[in-house]
Amino acid sequence: MAERKIVIPGESIVKGNDFLPGEGTEKRGEEIIALRYGLSEEVNRLVKVIPLSGVYQPRRGNVVIGKVENLTMNGWLIDVGTAETAFLPLAEVPRYVNKDALEEIMDIGDMVVAKIFGINKRGIDLSIKSRGLGKINEGLIIKVNPNKVPRVIGKEGSMINLIKNETGCNITVGQNGLIWIKGDKIENELYAKKAILFVTEKSFVSGLTEEIKKWFEKEKK
Amino acid sequence: MTAKIFKRPDGRKPDEIRKMEAKVGIIPNADGSAMFRFGDTIAFAAVYGPKKMHPQHSQDPEKGTLRCNYNMLSFSVNERIRPGPSRRNIEISKITEWALEPVLMIGKYPNMVIEVHINIIQANASTRCAGINAAAMALAHAGIPMRELVSSVSIGKLDKQLVVDVSKDEEDWEEGEGATDIPITLTKSGEITHLQLDGKITKEQLKEVLGLAKKATAKIYEVQKKALKESLEDEK
Repeated sequence: MAERKIVIPGESIVKGNDFLPGEGTEKRGEEIIALRYGLSEEVNRLVKVIPLSGVYQPRRGNVVIGKVENLTMNGWLIDVGTAETAFLPLAEVPRYVNKDALEEIMDIGDMVVAKIFGINKRGIDLSIKSRGLGKINEGLIIKVNPNKVPRVIGKEGSMINLIKNETGCNITVGQNGLIWIKGDKIENELYAKKAILFVTEKSFVSGLTEEIKKWFEKEKK
Repeated sequence: MTAKIFKRPDGRKPDEIRKMEAKVGIIPNADGSAMFRFGDTIAFAAVYGPKKMHPQHSQDPEKGTLRCNYNMLSFSVNERIRPGPSRRNIEISKITEWALEPVLMIGKYPNMVIEVHINIIQANASTRCAGINAAAMALAHAGIPMRELVSSVSIGKLDKQLVVDVSKDEEDWEEGEGATDIPITLTKSGEITHLQLDGKITKEQLKEVLGLAKKATAKIYEVQKKALKESLEDEK
């Protein structure tokens, strides 16, 4: 993998026609220019910029955690921390819903795990038609910086699996920075919360998974 | 250039900028933030958004909106100024919007607004330039797509001598032709996004001013770039 470097808007990343401009970049003449502030990365000649700051940018396929904001005729409006409110239509709920009593399924203020299945001019469309999605009934929800979510998950889920095993909690990480922790005891949930906050604080350390292993050993004593 | 060396009140060379300092990420609650300093002039900028535009009637379904708010804090100058929006604050807010908008790519944020709040903590002239410099960095830090960064500097004319980065003493210069103040904002590639003129100047000298501004903004750009890169250094 090519070396990652810090780029600022307007800075040239690479020269030459061998490269393709990816996300957060633009081609100007022979050069590929960064349009956003972050780290540049080259994968198979595709150059892109990974942003490390700023608000959460919704993407198709993201699993997010949100709060029910309002009920409409045919679905729920859900706040997932984006500028546009997300909509969860009735058709995307995998069970029978009484149209006159939407609140029986989810009421205002309820938290829900959902998947983004479409983004268009009107807003974001959500779905809870897969496993692991749906209303949250119990547990703990914490908020972290959305840019740190990849660190909390780790390479192929290594970090989050480690925390799950060590604390015995079930953890769902929303790409929008909300994390749902569910354990059998409140102590375990708080333990998992502590571990996750430690990860976000130390997010810049390389070999973070090893660091967390050490942290767990220290906590056990 | 005139042969004799012109003496500035603080002993700087005509093309010398005051000591600059820049920092990114100073306000944890904001989505992006930055500080920029020219000597005793300190500006803080905080960016919030893109978020939903309120009130709803000012939403633009075609593209995003930039909203700037420039504010000079009451303790920023020797004699306390009345806080709150004044004619001057509103004018500079609008000027800042115009200076920044050409480089922003906010077409993909319909019905949304990006709010930039600029606060002048301490003032010794060139506050709008420091504010624009800080705002450009804060916008980049907030992850807003931008064509390039902008850098701003004020060029002054003391009698007939052109000077870079005007201080308060120079702004109030009375001798000879008096003082002229020209704040300019340039993109990295040298395009002008903002130019104001307070006073009078000949056509020939204005061309000279642009040359000076180009050199000065190149130096400012380096400071902005360094600050942005340093704040990510440990994330790499």
